[in-house]
Amino acid sequence: MSAFSAIGEGREVEQEDYTPDLEPQATWCPGCGDFGVLKALKGAAQELGKSPEEMLLTTGIGCSGKLNSYFDSYGFHTIHGRSLPVARAAKLANPGVEVIAAGGDGDGYGIGGNHFMHTARENHDMTYIVFNNEIFGLTKGQTSPTSPKGHKSKTQPHGSAKEPLRPLSLSLTSGASYIARTAAVNPNQAKEIIVEAMEHDGFAHIDFLTQCPTWNKDARQYVPYIDVNESDDYDFDPTDRREAADMMAETEQALHEGKVLTGRFYVDNDRPSYGEEKRAIGEMPEEPLAERYFDDSYEWERSADLFLDKHK
Amino acid sequence: MTDNELIWRIAGGSGDGIASTSQNFAKALMRSGLNVFTHRHYPSRIRGGHTYTEIRASADPVKSRGDGYNFLLALGDSFARNPKEGSVYGNEEIKPLSENLDELREGGVIIYDSGLLDASEIEDFDARVEENNWHVYDLDLRTMAREQGREVMRNTAGVGATCALAGIELEWIEELMTEAMPEKILDPNLEILHNAYEMVNEEYDVDAHDVKIPEGSHDEEQVLLSGSDSIAYGSLDEGCRFIAGYPMTPWTEVFTIMAQNLPEVGGISEQVEDEIAAAALAVGASHAGTKAMSGSSGGGFALMSEPLGLAEMTETPVVLIEAMRAGPSTGLPTKPEQADLEHVLYTSQGDSQRVVLAPGTVEEAYTQTRRAFQIAYEYQIPAIVLYDQKLGGELMNVPASVFDEEPNPSLGSTLTEAELAEAPHDESGKYSRFQHDVEDGVSPRSIPGQKGGRFLATGNEHTPEGHIEESPENRVAQMDRRTQKLEAISADLSSQDESHQTYHGPDEADYGFLTFGSSQGTVEESVDRLNDQGYSVKSLGVSDMAPFPKEEVTEFIESVDEVLVVEMNASAQFRGLTQKELGQYGEKLSSLLKYNGNPFEPADIVEGFVTTIVEDEELTGIETKFVPAAGD
Repeated sequence: MSAFSAIGEGREVEQEDYTPDLEPQATWCPGCGDFGVLKALKGAAQELGKSPEEMLLTTGIGCSGKLNSYFDSYGFHTIHGRSLPVARAAKLANPGVEVIAAGGDGDGYGIGGNHFMHTARENHDMTYIVFNNEIFGLTKGQTSPTSPKGHKSKTQPHGSAKEPLRPLSLSLTSGASYIARTAAVNPNQAKEIIVEAMEHDGFAHIDFLTQCPTWNKDARQYVPYIDVNESDDYDFDPTDRREAADMMAETEQALHEGKVLTGRFYVDNDRPSYGEEKRAIGEMPEEPLAERYFDDSYEWERSADLFLDKHK
Repeated sequence: MTDNELIWRIAGGSGDGIASTSQNFAKALMRSGLNVFTHRHYPSRIRGGHTYTEIRASADPVKSRGDGYNFLLALGDSFARNPKEGSVYGNEEIKPLSENLDELREGGVIIYDSGLLDASEIEDFDARVEENNWHVYDLDLRTMAREQGREVMRNTAGVGATCALAGIELEWIEELMTEAMPEKILDPNLEILHNAYEMVNEEYDVDAHDVKIPEGSHDEEQVLLSGSDSIAYGSLDEGCRFIAGYPMTPWTEVFTIMAQNLPEVGGISEQVEDEIAAAALAVGASHAGTKAMSGSSGGGFALMSEPLGLAEMTETPVVLIEAMRAGPSTGLPTKPEQADLEHVLYTSQGDSQRVVLAPGTVEEAYTQTRRAFQIAYEYQIPAIVLYDQKLGGELMNVPASVFDEEPNPSLGSTLTEAELAEAPHDESGKYSRFQHDVEDGVSPRSIPGQKGGRFLATGNEHTPEGHIEESPENRVAQMDRRTQKLEAISADLSSQDESHQTYHGPDEADYGFLTFGSSQGTVEESVDRLNDQGYSVKSLGVSDMAPFPKEEVTEFIESVDEVLVVEMNASAQFRGLTQKELGQYGEKLSSLLKYNGNPFEPADIVEGFVTTIVEDEELTGIETKFVPAAGD
């Protein structure tokens, strides 16, 4: 019998179940795109019948990190940029837990960029939502890794001399097996994409455009948006790596020319998740490791029996 | 003097098989009934560069590398890259002979490979041999090896010659070689071993010198292992089944042992992108209900500062291992130092709430690592095991019974679902994970996936349910509770009958040595020697750095007239910690420091004590440095 009976329980859940009674009103600014992520996540979790206690939501630091306060589940609000290493270890320790990591563009593409590359490369079975508002919001409007070239802020008074980072292309190069972009202004698509990401067996990365009406007034509201999978103007196969790469490059360029392209850019359902790879080479137990600590009948190995002979 | 111990130094280049040869040799001597202790010296190089390993063997217990040595096997550096005089590293090929002469004792034995080395290249070699009454055997080991197999086997020829000259029976060596070597290379090696042994016995007077292997016997079965082995086995016996790390010398040894053994016990090992991730993974795995660890050396541990603070604030149990090497920055990557003490005690954001244990011996490395896990999981606090390149790499024999212990897989203060059903929750059903008023400040945790246990862990200050909260009342209540855990740990430790510090020497003495971590064994040997010489000295090796055993250390300092604090760093960090914790004794504690890349030898401490404390004279040379007590 599992020590974690919330996992796979399959009970009926309502969206309200994810709303904490103590902090039902989020403190994000009026008009903030982050509300859209929260709503889409609640909708997706409810649609998949995930109970709050079988979910672990890890976040970093920034406005996005407040997601943990407004989404009721097991949560781990970590430090700036470190949500991914915490999340992926939890997944390895107890694979039955539905693990979702979230953070901002500074958190995930800047300070946590190395973790982003490597978590994607390893293809952990988890969902990663990046709140991309092209700005640092919580610290009051500094230029971020995705801010457009020329973007002026208090820390870049003459405008940024840097080209913005290309999150979708970076994700593909690093090894993510599901890559999508959606926008807060498109709640239905956002929910569908989160559902697909959670169902995907591998690292699913969602670049979620979240408008910041307070600190990024120059930026668009990310409307009108175009769904590249549905639009007749775009014809590419998201399961084809080369075509996906071209589409991503075009999408990243278009954003800064005022055109918001969204949708699924890359989907690889054939690649095994990291957990499957580890089990295949005998470096991960078949039974969830965390269960063992609650199993009174488990016979724990002793160093004296297994490893001491070679020292005699 | 006639030595009642053999200290055999095998010297060559990195890549000449020094490590494996010396390990087999040490184990053979252990099996023959002797106590052994090894010391490694190697440069931060892939191939080439002068390296040696010393094996000290005696019928009596050996706690340190000893002073100098009495038997040299100089293989020569077959990978020398800069053999020319005047190049930056000088003539490297000859170094395994030339660099080792200063520490060779009078009457000592030298075997060198005349197939590779030309002693006439060393200035005054013959004069020094005569002056020191050394016995020199120039043997063409290279040719002996070549005749039977391959040139690399000349270390085996050297071992055969050593056995002949030191009176070691070949059977122990043969047994080890048979166990350790694949069949293909075993026969030629055995052949070379025998040929060298017989040739030396036939052609030389093996009794022309006094350096002979002593005879000894053990009361119980022994095992030969290092501090790194002990730390790994202690972790495994505490039920640790998750490790994340990034390679860095000398921490890599523990990481490697764990990575190789974990699959066998259904555990998980992760080599990750950097040390920030490594520590964060350990935190994540522990949060999800496993016993987890990570670790590094100075530079890598600096990156762990961030997740360390996160573990403290979220009260996530985790064990971190810190293997000190000489710093700052890249420092001397393969050399020991004890200069990260303050780093591990105080690094990270805000007030430090952690436990730091510094084992002094191979045996303590096992027991202290186990204690680190027990405290971490019982009190939901990070525990750091602090050791160094010296303890990590030194092999010594300890009774096998030390490891004959039961495993402890307990997650400590963690609730089951049944217990959670009875536990306090807030109105939205969140479990009150961080309750204010709990015994010893420990509020039991739940694990993701458990029904009735959901809560938010956050690095922000938070309410009992984990909600972010900045009110002064809550802040003080939570901070006091976290601090209370340290007080409870301290009270728990001092209430135990058995001390975790190590006392040595007579109960009553005029002088005291205070030390911590891996210098302990060397200090104890110095104490014995000084008492034999008529001085009145005792020592205390402190193992608990945080919480600090104030009563024990106070009592020790009070019991002597003067205290010399011995540590391997330049800034007297342990003396500083002692004064800070005890708030006094600045005028009673002086320091003997060593930070030249080599660990203390007993003679350093004996000489340092006699010169500075007894005779009140200045220390000369670069080996050690004396820092007087305040007011002196």
